[in-house]
Amino acid sequence: MNGKRITPVHQSLTFSRRMVLLGGAQVLVGSVLIGRMGYLAVAQNQKYQLLSESNRVQLIPVPPRRGWIIDRNGKPIAINRSSFRVDIIPQQLVDKPETIVMALAKLLQLTSDEVDRILTDLKQGRGFQPVQVAENVTYEQYAAVTVRLPDLPGVQATRGFSRYYPDGPAVAHLLGYVGTANAKEYEAEKKNPLLIIPGFKIGKQGLEKTLEPYLRGTPGGQRVEVTARGKLVKELDPKPDRSGNTVQLTIDQGLQQYAARRMGDQSGALVAIDVASGDVLAFVSMPAFDPNSFSEGIGRTEWKMLSDNDHIPLLNKVAQGLYPSGSTIKPAMALAFLKQGIDPKRRVVCNGGYQIGNRYFRCDAVHGAMDMRSAVERSCNTYFWATGLIADAEQTTEMVNYLGYGQHFDLPIPTQRFGTMPSPKWLEKKYHREWQGYDSANTSIGQGYVLINPLQLAVMPARLAAGKLIQPRLLMRAPRKPLPDLDADPAHLAFVRDAMAAVVNEHGTGVGSKLPLDGILMAGKTGTAQVFRLGNRGHEGNWALRDHALFIAFAPADKPRYAMGCIIEHGGFGAAAAAPIVRDSMTYLFDKQKAYAALDPLEKQWGGTLAERNARQLAAFKSASRASA
Amino acid sequence: MITSAIIPRPLARLPWRLIFLVAAIAGFGLVVLYSAAGGSMQPWAVKQAIIFCAFLTVAVGMSWLKESTIKALTFPVYGLTLLMLIGVEGLGFVSKGAQRWLDLGPIRLQPSEFMKPAIVLTLARFYELVPPGEIRKWRAIWPALLLLGVPAFLILTQPDLGTCIMVVLCGVTVMFLAGLPWWLFAGPAALVAVAAPIGYGMLHGYQRKRIDVFLNPESDPLGAGYHIAQSKIAIGSGGIWGKGFLHGSQSHLDYLPEGHTDFVFATMAEEWGLAGGVLLIFAFAMVIRWGMKVSANAKTRFAQLAAAGLSATIFFYVSINLMMVMGLAPVVGVPLPLVSFGGSAVMTVMLCLGLLMALERHQRTTSTIG
Repeated sequence: MNGKRITPVHQSLTFSRRMVLLGGAQVLVGSVLIGRMGYLAVAQNQKYQLLSESNRVQLIPVPPRRGWIIDRNGKPIAINRSSFRVDIIPQQLVDKPETIVMALAKLLQLTSDEVDRILTDLKQGRGFQPVQVAENVTYEQYAAVTVRLPDLPGVQATRGFSRYYPDGPAVAHLLGYVGTANAKEYEAEKKNPLLIIPGFKIGKQGLEKTLEPYLRGTPGGQRVEVTARGKLVKELDPKPDRSGNTVQLTIDQGLQQYAARRMGDQSGALVAIDVASGDVLAFVSMPAFDPNSFSEGIGRTEWKMLSDNDHIPLLNKVAQGLYPSGSTIKPAMALAFLKQGIDPKRRVVCNGGYQIGNRYFRCDAVHGAMDMRSAVERSCNTYFWATGLIADAEQTTEMVNYLGYGQHFDLPIPTQRFGTMPSPKWLEKKYHREWQGYDSANTSIGQGYVLINPLQLAVMPARLAAGKLIQPRLLMRAPRKPLPDLDADPAHLAFVRDAMAAVVNEHGTGVGSKLPLDGILMAGKTGTAQVFRLGNRGHEGNWALRDHALFIAFAPADKPRYAMGCIIEHGGFGAAAAAPIVRDSMTYLFDKQKAYAALDPLEKQWGGTLAERNARQLAAFKSASRASA
Repeated sequence: MITSAIIPRPLARLPWRLIFLVAAIAGFGLVVLYSAAGGSMQPWAVKQAIIFCAFLTVAVGMSWLKESTIKALTFPVYGLTLLMLIGVEGLGFVSKGAQRWLDLGPIRLQPSEFMKPAIVLTLARFYELVPPGEIRKWRAIWPALLLLGVPAFLILTQPDLGTCIMVVLCGVTVMFLAGLPWWLFAGPAALVAVAAPIGYGMLHGYQRKRIDVFLNPESDPLGAGYHIAQSKIAIGSGGIWGKGFLHGSQSHLDYLPEGHTDFVFATMAEEWGLAGGVLLIFAFAMVIRWGMKVSANAKTRFAQLAAAGLSATIFFYVSINLMMVMGLAPVVGVPLPLVSFGGSAVMTVMLCLGLLMALERHQRTTSTIG
């Protein structure tokens, strides 16, 4: 066209051509737009639908209710009690956080430390995640907050659930306690969001800890629709939470509580076992903390009181306390002697002591001529020293170990210590020295290297009583394994059982602890374990230097159903401190009324029930620490 | 055209197909605005219905304008609009960070809106006056560049990049159709294509970031890319048939910003899906095609250029908005005419349609005579 003269005709042609071009371009743009929209809405639909849903729906986890723990009869040992709590939902705050928190601090009497904590949490929190203000507030405080809610936007007063142990300290060491997850536990669970919900508790000790997977349950979720600004629009169909499973224990709640109360202010442990099944009926370690205080978050004062106590209430003595067995080893020793062919009629004259090498071992009394039965009955050390020396040490200790002392048991208790049952081989390995006569002597009366835990103290009489290799069990639902017969002559077992019956019912060391029941006899064996030094029976003087008192028993003596082992730390003679507790606990299993008739005057003398004394002790400690502060 | 004995002749003469089409688009827009308000006529749908009816009346009224009258008014209107643009600089009303409004007591005017049809008419008139032989001369170019450049510059400084781009595109379209040499359009286009990467390298950090965000909105979903990211989520999650009327979570829960104005298409697409989107795009295409046909059938050069330019105005409105909403163009603040809430876009489009109807009536009446 260049150079030519442009006419209206040319111009019209150009216009038409360019109109076609323009129209084509418009169609092209339109196609691109439709194509683009199709790409977004069809090809990428799933991706954007997901994004849209994650915009729309936020999940507020609803913690599951923790499963109950019940005893063998279905009585609750650990339950959930409704409690009141106050939280703040940061995104719903209208006023400045400081204003609201100060208003709440006045209503709930919060300390300045708590106010600081709340303000920090509010700054760090995510909009729709509640921040805890206070938990376990009283109903009055809850009501006071509730009526003011219209003036406190963003504040939420709710009923929640907190763990409650009706028996308090009586079950403390068995169950442990629950508490808020710490940073380590949060990391260990790969930052499970459930763990950081205010008020959510996990098992920290004891069965609460080991049974955590069963007890926790699965969290639900309140699915909510929220706007871009975080305002809640509506609650969608919630994903229901599933409560944790109820766990049934072999424990007899009544016996557990009775034994704990019967121990009074003494420091000790008692384990009771059902002889037929190995079910642990009582698992008591006293004194103990109140697990309810722990699940609510323990106060500093109470913690100090617990950790300062020389009776070590924070130690689970059943699982972790180790003691010399003392004379409670003697029935097992007797069975070992019998198995080695030692004639039970063989007599040893007790002149009040025994010379081994250049050392003279002193017996408790001058017993005179003793055979095996009377030596068990009267707990004559001289007989066992002398007989221990003629027996094979390796075989003897093997039998005692076989009956339970120093043995490991598979129980759902987090930390257990199993002690030692020394043997010549063990001594060689551990201390690289040969077994000496005095080792046999010490071992045969449960001193020296012998260390046992209270559970073993109950397993041993249970095995002797049943004639079966009883395995202690705590969980009712755990599979029952068949119990093999003990590798011992039934006649020998009968002999030992008879000797143990004589301890309590004839002229033995435990005659003071006969059962106050018609037709039911208890068989037992006392034990007194030196703490300080052999030959010096310090059961007066300094509490911490006094001997440990032990007692093992089963009843009825002729057809055994229950076995018990009990240790009272620094209790003096086993017959005096431990045996009466076992007697009354055993009585409880057959006749509750008689058992309580025995307990009531004692508690009056001690100054009230366990719960009353605990409360008073805490109050006294609080006022003392206030006075000193 | 409806021919019936009952309907009076002047009414029957109206381009009813176009009016129905436009009313359908606007009606659909009202439905979307009703949903965007959370299922309520307030605060947008009622107002928008009144605005639409008012401007439809104006447009129908304008359809009786004679071509000669339009021609006669072109330069005065252009001059007046230019004066108002200068006035905005001095007395303007600041809204959303930009000076666009001229407050004249009861009415607030946005002169840049008038400039879109005004520039089209002015350039069409200018090229009608240029003799065919002169069209490739410098004389045919510089006055047009001036006529276009001065208002474009004024609008850019308001600042209103979206309207500026539209005014320039409308003007350039008329110049292109007028038959200016190829190189005048191809040259700058090539220059931009070459210069863009170089210019990008010379930009400041934050300016570069803006472009990055446009190219990849997901890189900054909570900041500058938020609008586009949320808009894409709304359109993408709608699928083929949409989430259903009143069930769009993106718009109802405020995740989609400006869901009733610039991003109204995303609100619509979320609830009506690809189906609704395609329908709406086709409806607009029909309107634009009608305008282009008016241009193609025009008898005079002014009518040809004006009709094409006015149709292009509507086309640019729709396509820039949709490209922006779908993440194909940066967010420049161009509403979707007849659907987005607000009077300016409706006014502009109705002015364009009124003028197109006038031109169409003129060719029909002249065609019946001649």
